[in-house]
Amino acid sequence: MSIKGNAYLAGIYEHPARHAPDKSTAQLHAEVARGVLEDAGLTKADVDGYFCAGDAPGGVMAMADYLGLKVRHFDSTDTGGCSYLVHLGHAAEAIAAGRCSVALITLAGKPRTGAMPPRAQGAEADFEAAYGATTHNIYGMCAMRHMHEFGTTSEQLAWIKVAASHHAQYNEHAMLRDVVTVEDVLNSPMISDPLHRMDCCVVTDGGGALIVTTEAMARSLKKPLVRMIGAGEALKGPRGGKDLNLTYSAGVWSGPAAFAMAGVTPKDIKYASIYDSFTITVLMQLEDLGFCKKGEGGKFVADGNLISGVGKLPFNTDGGGLCNNHPVNRGGMTKIIEAVRQLRGEAHPKVQVPNCDLALAHGTGGLLGVRHAASTCILERV
Amino acid sequence: MMDSTVKYPAPQGNPETKAFWDATVEGKLMIKRCTACGEPHYFPRSICPFCFSDKTVWEESSGEGEIYTFSLMRKSASGPYAIGYVTLKEGPSLLTNFVDCDMSSLKIGQKVKVVFKTTDGAPLPFFTPV
Repeated sequence: MSIKGNAYLAGIYEHPARHAPDKSTAQLHAEVARGVLEDAGLTKADVDGYFCAGDAPGGVMAMADYLGLKVRHFDSTDTGGCSYLVHLGHAAEAIAAGRCSVALITLAGKPRTGAMPPRAQGAEADFEAAYGATTHNIYGMCAMRHMHEFGTTSEQLAWIKVAASHHAQYNEHAMLRDVVTVEDVLNSPMISDPLHRMDCCVVTDGGGALIVTTEAMARSLKKPLVRMIGAGEALKGPRGGKDLNLTYSAGVWSGPAAFAMAGVTPKDIKYASIYDSFTITVLMQLEDLGFCKKGEGGKFVADGNLISGVGKLPFNTDGGGLCNNHPVNRGGMTKIIEAVRQLRGEAHPKVQVPNCDLALAHGTGGLLGVRHAASTCILERV
Repeated sequence: MMDSTVKYPAPQGNPETKAFWDATVEGKLMIKRCTACGEPHYFPRSICPFCFSDKTVWEESSGEGEIYTFSLMRKSASGPYAIGYVTLKEGPSLLTNFVDCDMSSLKIGQKVKVVFKTTDGAPLPFFTPV
């Protein structure tokens, strides 16, 4: 059975906290699980599938036990920040196959309160770990090469942060609510060339959760119906140093797969949640997904084209990772949540896209300039 | 310059990569080449990541290449450092730091060559402008 149209997003929940020094990580997982069940109108006893990633203390066995879940299907795929988009696709597969009927997906953690555990390393460790690769400088290297090949400018990148800030001003929970200008971004301190501080996302505690379910269950609940019609996932790495190309991501594969399944094109999308760990992340993804041609992302994002009510492609209307929330340094969860808000008509009235019936949520995980994953999900209001 | 004061971690090594680290002691940068498909690769594997043949052999790299991209990392407790990718003359690209140089004048396409820095174990390869 195809997963197209067979899995419904019946529950969404974003933890309101951005700094949670007095809570445990497991506790935050439980809080978002409670929150999402309340949003959906379900109880814990209804959950028969559970999905979590590397942020869940002790992994899926410990987390399911802590939460007191009894499930017949589980998945702990970890692809960094896009894990939850991958989980959404996998949950849809499980529901289409009859492996579960109510899937719970949780994310939570506290990077604002304390340091995160070191990134897991593979066989490359001896050959790379000494060189100090961090998210900032790896994404800086992507931006540097993009500028070199396509003439992309810091001003163009800054417009992405400007658009996010226009949206964040209306979000009472957003970490950063001040509207900023291109000049503000360019005048913020340089972190790793050519990325300034305001090219970088926020670091926040908190989390979020989703409920994915069957059509029959979704129709028995009270929320507007939102279903998945396309999903794609992909991996990319330098593969022996031969395939190194920092100007595109695995989104060039996950995007077309999702669009093909959904039977729609980028032109049809009314709202897009695009992973925004850095401004360059957004610019590259917009190109890779086909919203503009490769190399023309700079022109595409300039002059407010991503601002709801102003430009052609409203994006990250919650303020995104750049301004609102990037819980546990993993932004895939909040990308799905805001897309569902838009499809339900529950976004803030100042940023709600009129008659939003088709939305995309896309993310990458890992390090864009090294080894990473991408996942694209296309959702529609029924 | 920051790179002269940094203590770099010693490679852990393993049976698959032992020959690489033995060679850095001699000041040599080794890559692997597959004799079945002819493709070179880095970091070294015993099985070719392209054609999956086990007919891979060690080959000494010229240690010469050019900068594919870089970033000057300023947010660092031990001082700024330049991280980047070098594309070797032989073809493979690798992650490295640029050392013993004016980090503010690095350019994409710039010619660089390998230099080795000591650790408590085998020396590590870095690159510096020619």
